[in-house]
Amino acid sequence: MNLTLKVWRQKNADTKGKFVTYQADHVSPDMSFLEMLDVVNEDLTKKGDDPIHFDHDCREGICGACSLHINGRPHGPKQGITTCQLHMRTFKDNDTVVIEPWRAEAFPVIKDLAVDRRAFDRIQAAGGFVSVNTGGVPDANAIPIPKVIADEAFNSATCIGCGACVAACKNASAMLFVSAKVSQLALLPQGQPERYRRVQAMVAQMDAEGFGSCTNTGACEAECPKEISITNIARMNRDYLTAKLIKQEEA
Amino acid sequence: MKLDAKIPEGPLAGKWSKHKFNLKLVNPANKRKYTVIVVGTGLAGASAAASLAELGYNVKAFCYQDSPRRAHSIAAQGGINAAKNYQNDGDSVHRLFYDTIKGGDYRAREGNVYRLAEVSVNIIDQCVAQGVPFAREYGGLLDNRSFGGSQVSRTFYARGQTGQQLLLGAYSALNRQINLGKVKMFTRHEMMDVVKIEGEAKGIVTRDLITGEIETHAAHAVLLCTGGYGNVFYLSTNAMGCNVTAAWKAHKRGAYFANPCFTQIHPTCIPVTGDHQSKLTLMSESLRNDGRVWAPKTVELAQKLRKGELKVTDLKEDDRDYFLERKYPAFGNLVPRDVASRNAKEIVDEGRGVGASGIAVYLDFAEAIGRLGEDAVRARYGNLFDMYQQITDENPYKQPMRIYPAVHYTMGGLWVDYNLQTTVKGLYCLGEANFSDHGANRLGASALMQGLADGYFVIPYTLGDYLATIGPDAVDIKHIAFEDAKKSVVDRVNHLLSLKGTKTVNEYHRELGHIMWEYCGMARTEEGLIKAKGMIRELREDFWKNAMVSGTNNEFNQSLENAGRVADFLELGELMVDDALNRKESCGGHFRLESQTEEGEALRDDDNYAYAAAWEYKGDNQAEVLHKEELVFENVKLSQRSYK
Repeated sequence: MNLTLKVWRQKNADTKGKFVTYQADHVSPDMSFLEMLDVVNEDLTKKGDDPIHFDHDCREGICGACSLHINGRPHGPKQGITTCQLHMRTFKDNDTVVIEPWRAEAFPVIKDLAVDRRAFDRIQAAGGFVSVNTGGVPDANAIPIPKVIADEAFNSATCIGCGACVAACKNASAMLFVSAKVSQLALLPQGQPERYRRVQAMVAQMDAEGFGSCTNTGACEAECPKEISITNIARMNRDYLTAKLIKQEEA
Repeated sequence: MKLDAKIPEGPLAGKWSKHKFNLKLVNPANKRKYTVIVVGTGLAGASAAASLAELGYNVKAFCYQDSPRRAHSIAAQGGINAAKNYQNDGDSVHRLFYDTIKGGDYRAREGNVYRLAEVSVNIIDQCVAQGVPFAREYGGLLDNRSFGGSQVSRTFYARGQTGQQLLLGAYSALNRQINLGKVKMFTRHEMMDVVKIEGEAKGIVTRDLITGEIETHAAHAVLLCTGGYGNVFYLSTNAMGCNVTAAWKAHKRGAYFANPCFTQIHPTCIPVTGDHQSKLTLMSESLRNDGRVWAPKTVELAQKLRKGELKVTDLKEDDRDYFLERKYPAFGNLVPRDVASRNAKEIVDEGRGVGASGIAVYLDFAEAIGRLGEDAVRARYGNLFDMYQQITDENPYKQPMRIYPAVHYTMGGLWVDYNLQTTVKGLYCLGEANFSDHGANRLGASALMQGLADGYFVIPYTLGDYLATIGPDAVDIKHIAFEDAKKSVVDRVNHLLSLKGTKTVNEYHRELGHIMWEYCGMARTEEGLIKAKGMIRELREDFWKNAMVSGTNNEFNQSLENAGRVADFLELGELMVDDALNRKESCGGHFRLESQTEEGEALRDDDNYAYAAAWEYKGDNQAEVLHKEELVFENVKLSQRSYK
């Protein structure tokens, strides 16, 4: 099939970007979306043009690097998958496909479709851990955890940190991401000692990074490639409020 | 230089304890005077960086990805082995040791492997303490499964994403140290060279992938945790960015490269669909627990299937050849990875392959669905079936999957001694990037174990011994060695950028991959390897004349990044071929057609090849020099594998 691509091109963070139209011909339905871009890039390279830059790595839907906004939706039109798992059979001959980077103040564009998502790392560094050193920990089976709780914590832990939730949100809120991380540890016994400190530290960092507020539209949940539930946001809000109610030294 | 593996004397079970006692310690007050560089933030790198920072060292950590969490450890599906014996089914440290040595076809060191099995139990404790959500039983305790044909259930898992959950655990420990200011993290930085002063590693040169700035970093020691080199085959299950550059630069600076030809090819991957293919997707080998592998009995039937004149579901039972069950009645579809892979290749070479390309065999669940019901099969393999359908647009509940082997893991890597130190003092290598623990073949669920063992429980001890020896005096970043190394990196970058030929770097990479796969893949012959060596040389010469690299240095330039990595693969490829040529025996994943048993199994030659082959770089286009580390087996008896 033949496609028309409208791709956001931006030389670097300091330059203004614009849409550039490219023709992608003889696209095989078996190609992944990123492989389609690879072929376009090979052509651009041969013509002496700068290839389209985009983040990608594992290409099996787990590393969270790929991050394209395709026809107005993070990771494209299909539910529950990342861009690298999107295949061209989803599109029809002569379709026009608009490809943009994540749009959020806290995710500045680096070049073309690649954005800087280090804000997510900094939020994690603010408190997304259990303070245990290597060695000297109890036997793994000394901490029994009910299966339903373990499974629920796992559901939160499946977040791949891609940022689709932020890109999907009209406020560019990072609440789904942060709450998934907070929830995982808040559900588990290992996370209890630092539970209230953690939630405050991570929310404070989230705010400092310039993410927007949550207005409960649920777009994040709808676009999350790992289908993480907004129940996590409710859980985080509850912990955050509780933390504010208890004395500083107890939090 | 004579290779000294520094394996402690004495009984196997006491070696590590004794060694730990004999290692020097760094005074707690002095630890903060040391800086350690860690390159790579996968399981080995993140766990090492976090653990060393916890001890009090200053750590500078580097990764090429935009976040340390994206390192390719994240993609491991199956699980992690540990000799916990929680299932009371006869597991022990000794059994895990024995299985790993045997699985590696007796080409790994007893001492290293025993230590690996020993610390495996600590890894699980550590990960649980961090909040890693392993699968659990209703009683609240950890669940285990049997994996990769193991006779005990020792594999801990987190659904189909054990790698991601373990890496997020290590990443959280790393983050904690970043927050405390003990680790300085450099993302989107690629290591371009190692800096040596008076023969010892004292720093690295990096390129900031966003600005292009070439920077130097000084430290008391450098740890390479940079993963495997499977992408030398172009198509593999590795992430797109996985590369050999850091290890290769270290090799050129004096670190020997050991057993480069030992690569693991995984039998259950989704087949290639065309030239546009950029990577291959692995499906957990647990599929072979219930799936039956087959191919049509005749070439004629295969041709009809390929052309679509015959539907696979219409093929009569009599016309199907369940070749693994036929050839290996005892193990059937559960033969080890290398055996399953090689048999699929034989079928395809005979012309009995299926799918449009003819390069695939079937993995059929019809019998399992009949026996267990579709719901039970969905409960076991639902996520894998979904993934398969997503990629191929075929419904594996209704028709057999098509599978074909793909490069998955590299057992070879930088040679290290028992302390994980390379042949360059102060330069260490951890995880998949080193050669140490898996011999000629790695068992399922053992990669995660090794990465974390090296990072959490080995390097924090062994590195201290070296640091205590050299003392805490600061390394002089103004030393001429830094300037020289930086200049050579700048020159190389400029050389790459000057390439304005007619062929893209990808095209060279794909061609190299074809050569490697054809001649240094699942089956190797002397004739083929000699041919491959010539082809790689030609390709490499052509690359430096005719490749095209776009853009400039001072920008985010993925074309330049890729060119540097492919240039290194073009050199590594030749060394792999040399190593495969040298090793005239078959062992594990290295199959020389000239050396097989009557049953067609890998035939080792223990009299002549019970050694690790460590190669020394001698200069561009010079033959590398082979050093042999003889392997001594005092605790296991070498035997021939048989799966009949």
